[in-house]
Amino acid sequence: MSIIVYIEHLEGKLKKQSRELVSYASQLAEKTSQKVTAVGVGDISREELESLSRFGASKIIHCSNPEAATLENQVYTQLLAEIFEKESGEILILANSFTGKAIAPRLSVRLKAGLVAGVVDLPESLDPFVVKKKIFNGKAFAHSQILTKSKILSLNSNACEVKEKPVESEWEEFSSQVSAPKAEIVDVSKMDADNLLTESSIVVSGGRGMKGADKWKPIEELASLLKGATACSKPVSDEGWRPHEEHVGQTGKTIAPDLYIAVGISGAVQHLAGVSSSKTIVAINSDKDAPIFEIADYGIVGDAHEVLPAFIQSVSKLD
Amino acid sequence: MHIVVCISHVPDTTTKIRFNKELTQLDSQGVKWVINPWDDLTLTRAIDMKEASGGKITKISVIHVGDATTEPTLRKALAMGADEAIRVDAVSSDSYSTASHLAAALKELEYDLVLCGIESSDYNSSAVGGMLAEILDLYSVSSVSAIELKDEGFVVKREQETGKETLRISTPFVAIGQKGIAIDPRIPSMRGVMSARTKPLKVVQGESGESYIHTMVYEYPEPKGSCRFFQPDETDQLADALRREAKVI
Repeated sequence: MSIIVYIEHLEGKLKKQSRELVSYASQLAEKTSQKVTAVGVGDISREELESLSRFGASKIIHCSNPEAATLENQVYTQLLAEIFEKESGEILILANSFTGKAIAPRLSVRLKAGLVAGVVDLPESLDPFVVKKKIFNGKAFAHSQILTKSKILSLNSNACEVKEKPVESEWEEFSSQVSAPKAEIVDVSKMDADNLLTESSIVVSGGRGMKGADKWKPIEELASLLKGATACSKPVSDEGWRPHEEHVGQTGKTIAPDLYIAVGISGAVQHLAGVSSSKTIVAINSDKDAPIFEIADYGIVGDAHEVLPAFIQSVSKLD
Repeated sequence: MHIVVCISHVPDTTTKIRFNKELTQLDSQGVKWVINPWDDLTLTRAIDMKEASGGKITKISVIHVGDATTEPTLRKALAMGADEAIRVDAVSSDSYSTASHLAAALKELEYDLVLCGIESSDYNSSAVGGMLAEILDLYSVSSVSAIELKDEGFVVKREQETGKETLRISTPFVAIGQKGIAIDPRIPSMRGVMSARTKPLKVVQGESGESYIHTMVYEYPEPKGSCRFFQPDETDQLADALRREAKVI
């Protein structure tokens, strides 16, 4: 019996959440005495994948089917289902990312495996199998029991602590006969993989309180000083002050960095839904009653354009 | 062409969420019900496409799983511009049972495109669209931020963390929409509301509805520890707290 972990990568580099996924599987495997198998698909090096053995993956499977070069949902479903069955999988773990959202539901039907999406903690009981997930955009949690023998968990960021657990790992190359229909690709444009919002540990975000597209310099300056990414609230992307790729919130991106700095963002419930899993939140806002302060750990009530330059000074003084 | 849009009925995002005393059921008293925000955008796009298609798209149906109390949500979808509504008369208990009910109803229809929103704002499971596609053995494309009718098929933009791809896909398939597919949801006009009253709303029986997941109990989040405030001239202290206390910079 084994726990299968699907690992995503960006241009051949493991995504930030990968270690967390494997560590989650290892901590679960300690209770169930299962084996942890990590699966990577596509153009990713052996060395990069094998680094996961440090977190408890005792088998690594690399799948190099060329049909999986883009996220063809049926191709991924077939490949992962075959691996799951071949490895006598009992639990499949993946990220609650765009990729996870595309393939986990198909796999759930294919493998007759109950799917809990947005898991925030290790299972609280194994028989019955119960895990906690986020619902209502973070306004509540549900304790969900999976009724099927096979199970799929898609994890939110920060679902568990990353613990080192070095093991020896076995390596396997896998490929399969794939005949699923494909879309014709007309155009591809890639984001800069080094500076991805969803992968950044630090995010500096601006709202309407920044007062205009031409006043974004301090946000960019602070982000670059902290080697973080920039983000914005919905009104800002709606106004066209910033590209909509930067929008974080309910209908935008969901992020969970170590540090989220919200400047001039009042914190509408839709915004909070996209950032509330961040480890530490700093809010700078001129309105002391702004809801952002209800979820912030640290706050300054003041004008963004006065506080931010001073804060940049303070940060650059740290050695 | 016939487009079917799956819609879910959810508490408005600004509604306060409460459960019964035993924490086993949502307390629906005072809840304002709306079309799920992602489905609202996806339906808006379907109607926009129909209007711009010069008669090529002939019909938009909305389909929903729920009991009779959810009909106002379907009437709203008709008022926005859908031509017909189908209510699968069942109360689903998880994403899989919802997808099975929808799939059973869709098997009775002829359609070219099925649209779903990527997530519902109640259970946040992002599962129904993909499950539906797998049950019906249809091609699926997720994270769709734009869709356009082109010749006999559709051109779709898939947008993920890593970048964008433009794909040409032939019908039938399931497209799962996210932000960008439409900018703002369509607000029904007075005329739309009037005409919605006479548009067809069909009720079909649900399947037996197996579930994979059972929600045992709900939980409210713990109130977050209170925010520690600094004065505007105390940015040094803030930077220091982030370094020494929170250890994040």
